[in-house]
Amino acid sequence: MTGVDAAEVEHIAALARIDLEDAEVERFVAEFETILDYFEQLDAVPEVPADAETDTVLREDTVIEPLAQSEALANAPETEDGFFKGPPVS
Amino acid sequence: MSEGTTYITEVEMSPLAEGVLSGLDIAIKDNISTADVRTTCASRMLAEYVPPYDATVVERVRGAGARIVGKANMDEFGMGGTTETSAFGAVPNPVDETRVAGGSSGGSAVAVAEGSADIALGSDTGGSVRNPAAFCGVVGLKPTYGRVSRYGLVAYANSLEQIGPLGPDVASVARLLGVIAGADPRDATTQDRPAADPTGYVDAVDVGVEGMTIGVVPELFDGADAAVAARVRDRIDALTDAGAAITSVELPALEHAVAAYYVIAMAEASSNLARFDGVRYGIGGGEGNWNTAFAAARKAGFGTEVTRRILLGTYALSAGYHDRYYAKAQDARAWLRSQFAEAFDTVDVLATPTMPITAPRLGEQLEDPLTLYQMDANTVPVNLANLPAISVPAGRVDGLPVGAQVIGPAFDEVAVLRVAGALEAAG
Repeated sequence: MTGVDAAEVEHIAALARIDLEDAEVERFVAEFETILDYFEQLDAVPEVPADAETDTVLREDTVIEPLAQSEALANAPETEDGFFKGPPVS
Repeated sequence: MSEGTTYITEVEMSPLAEGVLSGLDIAIKDNISTADVRTTCASRMLAEYVPPYDATVVERVRGAGARIVGKANMDEFGMGGTTETSAFGAVPNPVDETRVAGGSSGGSAVAVAEGSADIALGSDTGGSVRNPAAFCGVVGLKPTYGRVSRYGLVAYANSLEQIGPLGPDVASVARLLGVIAGADPRDATTQDRPAADPTGYVDAVDVGVEGMTIGVVPELFDGADAAVAARVRDRIDALTDAGAAITSVELPALEHAVAAYYVIAMAEASSNLARFDGVRYGIGGGEGNWNTAFAAARKAGFGTEVTRRILLGTYALSAGYHDRYYAKAQDARAWLRSQFAEAFDTVDVLATPTMPITAPRLGEQLEDPLTLYQMDANTVPVNLANLPAISVPAGRVDGLPVGAQVIGPAFDEVAVLRVAGALEAAG
């Protein structure tokens, strides 16, 4: 058993920056227990060296037309003087 | 839940040139960016989001003569196998309206099945093109990882997903694959490989299977409903008349594929979806400091399944658990990939049922996430191993469509299309 409790679900939700209602915390405690127990089977998998499937491909930098500032800002809930406006840091 | 529709947004985006898709109407899954047409990912978070640019595949299909008729319904951010997690409501299966269309590309498959579009694009992270194709009785293909550009696809799990074509028959899927395949400087994971041209794929459909060896995977038949497994097995066996040899290939690493897939997909989702903080797009978070505002915006924007996967992914990557879940899942992925590679030393393709069951009833499984995840047992191994695979109709069980899945070696879509064409011709 993996033993997830409400405090742990709340901690994870805080890390992920998602507010949860009490009923959701309760629901996720029960579900995560089942799902994480299922994931425990991965313990039986042998260590396998992963094949490198990547190549290094180099090219010259080329200048292309960037997204216009107005287009980049068009979907933002709030903007100011051509910048995204976010919430205060603290 | 309110009933959803095939399209989240109906549009008319005209072709940009004449080409091999001229005269065809196409549906585009709503996680693929369309300039000036809202692209919602079936999420409240992006209900008003209008991309300033087209995805590469959108440019390519319009450049090849297709007319875009709508942005197709889907599970929210691609997270689901029934289209029931859509914030816009689930689209019913046109074969039986009490049943799910499958997912996550449910709207794309329904568009083709009901005939409101001739062809469609979906995306497949763990089966999301093949699953609804099987449940709705159409053809759907997941290309090799790196075959099709993901530029403009809203990311869910980058290391697993590909955009793929759906159509009423194998030839239409082959033609659409030829249009969207090929390297793209805007997606560094794409590769330029042979047969990335329209005629290579279309020609393969009628070549036949004379001299080919098809490996059936017993693990993925045994886990399926008996009637579904029998229907698919009959179709595969019929290919001996066309000159193919049928053999059996065991892949023991398949046992851990669903667990590995969900750990990796959720981990990648938790990282990818961190961008939705209500600052650059999406729902704003209102008052408070950035932690408070981000958490409020994300609660308002995300549905339950998306929240579930972000939280589980965050957990699997968090200090103390990374090695236990994420690192082991990567081992399972490498193990499975090596077993597939070994299998393709002796067979040309592998065959399985696409889905272990026929389409479930609407609402039947939404409340039990683990049961839903296990429904993906036959499709997720393909994404973990970066392989191409297709779902082709293989008849019906109790009036509901059944799909046969053909899996090929990396970048050998031609082999997959040859066998799919023969299965279709034998049907």
